[in-house]
Amino acid sequence: MSSMPTTDAYKCKVTLINPLFDSNPITIQVLGICSALAVTTSLKSTLIMCAAVIAVLTFSNTTVSIIRHHIPASIRIIVQMTIIASLVIVVDQFIKAYAFEMSKTLSVFVGLIITNCIIMGRAEAFAMHNSPGLSFLDGLGHGIGYSLILIIVAAIRELLGTGRLLDYTILPSVFEGGWYYPNSMMVLAPSAFFIIGLLIWALRTWKSHQVEKDQ
Amino acid sequence: MMHYFNIFIQAVFVENIILVFFLGMCTFLAVSKRVETAIGLGMAVIMMMTISVPINNVIYHYLLRDGALAWAGLPDLDLSFLGLVTYIGVIAAMVQILEMVLERYFPQLQHALGIFLPLITVNCAILGASLFMVEREYSFNESMVFGIGSGVGWALAIIMMAAIREKLKYADVPDGLKGLGIAFITAGLMSLGFMSFSGIQL
Repeated sequence: MSSMPTTDAYKCKVTLINPLFDSNPITIQVLGICSALAVTTSLKSTLIMCAAVIAVLTFSNTTVSIIRHHIPASIRIIVQMTIIASLVIVVDQFIKAYAFEMSKTLSVFVGLIITNCIIMGRAEAFAMHNSPGLSFLDGLGHGIGYSLILIIVAAIRELLGTGRLLDYTILPSVFEGGWYYPNSMMVLAPSAFFIIGLLIWALRTWKSHQVEKDQ
Repeated sequence: MMHYFNIFIQAVFVENIILVFFLGMCTFLAVSKRVETAIGLGMAVIMMMTISVPINNVIYHYLLRDGALAWAGLPDLDLSFLGLVTYIGVIAAMVQILEMVLERYFPQLQHALGIFLPLITVNCAILGASLFMVEREYSFNESMVFGIGSGVGWALAIIMMAAIREKLKYADVPDGLKGLGIAFITAGLMSLGFMSFSGIQL
């Protein structure tokens, strides 16, 4: 009996930490980049978006896990979808109420969290088979692993694209009498693809077992 | 007429839903290894967008919009917060119906699309098109043109991507970039190419 808590604690730790680098939802599982990549032009909107995704992911995982024994297998997708959609509506209304300007910037992308594959994917793959506590940690871990990549992308894009981070000037641009020429391609769509591609390269060089086999 | 054509061109090239707004990325990367499957999926997406965007447009204008229920004697009711749940429900239902219709009348096509049809429900591009339609306040005709345009744009992008990746198999790619990494770089280059369409206005 004495070893039980240790195993549990270990399991919790693995559930929480693994998604950060070892099975990162974006770089390994290619899940859920759809709705969030478009807002990475500025760090501020990305932070809000990540908070929204983490909130929805954690609560949807917990909710699905709590009622997992009562969901008939044949309609589970619809049930999960309804839970996720309701949570997204709550988050959307919350942002509209407390950060109206930001909700204009995020426009349709908060709503698109519904179809973010990572949320559905975790509900289906993890929450349907595990206890609410573990599912909560799993949601949190995947949410943070997901946010990590997006925040790195957003920080690179905003810093190189405008020379500023969160309204603080880091690299004084030539327009304000400094020396830095802002690279305006960084605020356009292609740079996000390149940065994620290079991040994957870096991560796989560091953890070489993640390299894909030739087919 | 010119106005509709303009919306179409905008949706296909200038504001390509995948290369500019990153919508439908998951399927875009996962199902773009062979041209044949990419064409199948592309067709399914075009079909779904052409149907679901105008239907959601009607629902938004006659049921959900602020004051839309005036015909039912409820002029002060604003149900637009229910939008998200409604649109995703409509899309899921449409996918089911489309599958049944295809099975009954076009079994060949249904067989070709196979697993992709049900998968489309969780394709962000479809829901994204409906949400853009609401945000830009398109009329019914405009929404129909926009739906077709977005679908064609998405299909075009995934077919091009699949064609490139088929050739890419013979390239000597650094270990860490294999598979996913190089797919992102390729998508970036394609997106860069599509940037050259920006500013086109008819």
